[in-house]
This record gives sequence, structure tokens and C-alpha cells, in this order.
Amino acid sequence: MIAAARVRPVREQTRMLIIDAKTDQFTDSTIVDLPQVLRPCDLLIVNDAATLPASFRAKSPSGASVEIRLVSHIGESDWKAVLMGEGTWRIPTELRGLPEFLKVGSRFEIAQEFSAEVIEVAAESNRLVSLRFSKRGSAMWSGIYAYGRPIQYSYLSDELRLWSVQTVYASRPWAVEMPSAGYPLIWKTLLELKRRGIRVAKLTHAAGLSSTGDDTLDSRLPFPEQFEIPSETIEAVALARRSGGRVIAVGTTVVRALEGSHARNGNLEAGKGCTDLVIDGRSQRQVVDGLLTGMHDPAQSHFRLLRAFADENLLRRAWRHAAASGYLCHEFGDVCLIV
Amino acid sequence: MNIHNATVLITGGSRGLGRELAKALAAEGASVVLVARDQEALNRTVDEICSNGGNAQPIVADIGDKNAIHSIAGQAAALAGPIDILIQNASTLGPVPLRLFLDTECEDFERALEVNLIGPFRLAKVLVGPMVLRGAGLVLSITSDASVQAYPEWGAYSVSKAALDHMNRLFATELQDTGVQFLSLDPGDMDTAMHAAALPDADRSKLQKPEDAARRILEIIRRAEAFPNGARLVASELEVLQ
Repeated sequence: MIAAARVRPVREQTRMLIIDAKTDQFTDSTIVDLPQVLRPCDLLIVNDAATLPASFRAKSPSGASVEIRLVSHIGESDWKAVLMGEGTWRIPTELRGLPEFLKVGSRFEIAQEFSAEVIEVAAESNRLVSLRFSKRGSAMWSGIYAYGRPIQYSYLSDELRLWSVQTVYASRPWAVEMPSAGYPLIWKTLLELKRRGIRVAKLTHAAGLSSTGDDTLDSRLPFPEQFEIPSETIEAVALARRSGGRVIAVGTTVVRALEGSHARNGNLEAGKGCTDLVIDGRSQRQVVDGLLTGMHDPAQSHFRLLRAFADENLLRRAWRHAAASGYLCHEFGDVCLIV
Repeated sequence: MNIHNATVLITGGSRGLGRELAKALAAEGASVVLVARDQEALNRTVDEICSNGGNAQPIVADIGDKNAIHSIAGQAAALAGPIDILIQNASTLGPVPLRLFLDTECEDFERALEVNLIGPFRLAKVLVGPMVLRGAGLVLSITSDASVQAYPEWGAYSVSKAALDHMNRLFATELQDTGVQFLSLDPGDMDTAMHAAALPDADRSKLQKPEDAARRILEIIRRAEAFPNGARLVASELEVLQ
């Protein structure tokens, strides 16, 4: 399947492949058909995390150029991060140069008054570190937004800006890469859902890196990720259940948050949590009935998760159809709805 | 609208009405995020609020810069959480002394539109979506009688404020029944640096103090649901607020 090489200027032109796991069929449509496809009493749950400018160009103590990619916020000024050596975003992540080995206490200069100190190096790979920014509170956030830029993708023709990596409902900046399944949703579609009695609720999930450039680390993706589920969403799930509606997750991050919360607590609970749940064809879903997601190649780790929603043969047939029909994949590509 | 524990973002928050609004809202228990270009003035206002036990955060940014918008929204949400109330207060007159519209430079008109209209649109575009998703929120835009009266030499400012009022009406119409409310408010003439720049010969003793205007606006925020969505309010005509 061909990757979408540009940011889609008209989000609502995104194609949507509907995969019906019950009838073993798939149908072509577009994202604006979503209100007609879903049923009154269904509940759509989105991830409202805004995307951070999580990539920083920095100099190591030896003067070498390094790219810092934030992974997750640990607290205060501390972040987990992945380091990449020489090379620009136009080089695929797995082909980027290795960063030099850095000890605890090493300092990266990002700007004259904004730096980051290594406070921990992971045992499994010296690319994975914990960093402490030189500023705290509002000064740290000001530095992140002044000197960071969105994580870039080598298959895109142009550099991404912050405006290009946000969903229309993005709120707190928790995601280091865009929760892209929600990108095609515009307010006309979301308000039409509401008008038809389909509720839209939200949670916040810190969508993490899709690739680190290190095989060992990539095999561990996704890393444990923070999430927060509001009590209103818990009530909305209960209401959907009572009224015979389905719970449709927008993106795999929403699946991980909801199923992760259920797995940890034995039921869905409001509040913050962290999940390292791996969902695949063996998983028994407890909360989520359907999934709106990007077009995931059978070779990708995301595809494993789709097998929790539909038979693998059906997913592979649908994938072949989508590829032959010109659907586009990756962050700004088309989507599929599995119900 | 409940002010206590609300998260409020105020543009133009370092001085004048924005500063007094921030102080008044923080005193009522709101968490305020102030946006302004002047870092020193901004820090002074934030420090004053915090030293009085309030909760305030500074963001140095130019509301007229498109690249600043997601930076403002992201920093605000990271520091204070999702925004409940957006007060679109920042504005520019353009160069003073004010000039006839026909003498106004194109670039000066463009800048007035960027700060007084396009910037508020961009900020609303980014901050109102999460409000709609939550089913609650208030966008209060500070306007002027110049938005309805064609005062000579107030052209750029006047046109931008008229469009700002109409933008609020449009948002209100399109987003009716979502729980998000849009109001424009003309606070009346105030004894501020902006007023002095525009009308240096004005008798300051006859102008209301920004802190008095801020108190009235707080009352309007408290009673926001009582006003029609998209309404343009004139503070001096709201007898209940006097």
C-alpha cells in the first residue's frame, strides 16, 4: 500500500474501508459516511491528546549533532527520550546514525538557555535515556514549544508543522506522535453524529513513538503509556451498554486505555493510569466493540491488535482490496472501521 | 458560569483590562493563563497574582502570529489543564496618532486584522473544539463601540472589531446546543494606555478604571447562561450590573 506522502488538506476526503467482522464483508466509503454507518446509541470514544513538538535538534558534549525524541513525561522536568545520531528526518528512522554513548550527567545543548541532562541510561539500549530539562514549569514548556518541532516522517514530502499534527479536538499535549485515527474527523461529522443520537466521548492517552530506530526497543513497542479516563466517559460507556449501543474506539490508543483500565481494575474506572497491555488475536475485549483506525500493514505491530476485532483472513483480504483500490496508509492516509 | 476552579485563558493579560480581569478571576479561585508579548509586564502581573495566593501562569506570545497558536494552546493546557473560559482581550489600534482609513497603510490594516480578528479566530479554532467535546465553555470577546459606530480615523480597529462580533455570532449559530457560549462585550471607555494612545487629550477623570470594568465583566461571566448565545453586550446598558 502506498503511504500518504502529504498532509491531507481536506480531512473529510479520507476514505474509510468498513470491515464487518460479523458478516465477513468489507465495503468502501468515506469518513463523512460515519454518522450513517454507526447506529443511534453507539458511542464513539476519541483520544483528545494534543501532539507535542517532541523532536529537538541538540549538540552533545563532543559537539556532535543529536536528535532527541521525547517518549513520555516522567514528571516535573524529567522525560524519557530516544536519541538519534547524525542525519535528518528524511532518512528513515532505522537507517539513522547511532548516537554516541553518553553517561549520566552528560548535557545536550538545545539552545543557549535551554539544555537537557542525561539522568539515566536504559540497560537495554543506550538510545533510551531519561533526561532533565534545564528549566521547570512554564519555562520548560516555553522551551519545548520554542525549540521543539513535531516528529517527522521520512516518507512525507514536506516538513510537518504543529498545525498539521493535531486532531480538531486536541487538548492537553500528551502525545509525542499524533493519535492519527482521529485526524480525518471534522466538526461537521462529529456534530452530525451527535444529531443522530451517537454520543462522542473522550479520554486522553499519551500516544507514544511508532519507531525508535533500534530493533531491541522497537520489539518492545508500544512502551507503557499514560492515560486518563474521565468519569463522564465511564458513564457514557454504561449508557451505551444499557441502550444496546456499541463502543467504538477511535484509534488503538483508545483501545489500549479502555482495555488497559479494565484489565488492571477488573472494570472500567475513571482516573489516571498507565498501560503496558498488548492486545492481539488472543485478547478478550471487555469494553470496546469496534475500532476506527488507520490502514495497518499485516507486517506492522498494529495489525496484531486488529486481530482482536476481526478474523485474520478477513483482515488480510480487506488489506489486499484496499491496496489494490488505492487506499493510502500511514499517519495522513485512509482509515478502516472494524465493527 | 462557575468561576471557582475554572481555567481561564486571557490574551493581552499583562496590562489594562486583561490584567485586572486576571487579578479578579484569580481572586475568585480561577486558574488563569495570561498571554502577552511583553515578558516583564507579564511576569509582574503573574507574580502579583501568585503573591496574593492566586494561580497564574505566563505565556509570552504574539496572538497575531499563526505559529504561536498551538504553542499557546499546548502550554496553557499543560500548565493549567483544558481551558473552560477563553477571554479574547488582546487588540491593537495600529499606529497612533490614528489616521483616516484612506491614509492607513495596507500592512497596518493587515496587522490589526491579524491581532484583533484572525488571531482570535485561530485561538478559537484550537480551543473551542475541546470545549465542544466536553459540552461546556465560554468565549468572551472584548469589543468596542467602534464596532458599530463609524468613528473617523478608527478604521482598522473598527472594522476588525465589527468582524470579531460577527465571528462570535457565527460560532454561536453553528455550535448551538453544544454547551459552548460566545459573547462579545463592550466594556466602555477605560483609563488605559491604549485609550491614552488613541485619545491623548481625553479627560481621564471621566473614564472608568479597568478594575471597575473587570468587576462588571466577572458578573457577566457568572451570569453568562442568561444571555443569548452570540449576544453583543454593552456593559453600561446592563443595569443589573451597575
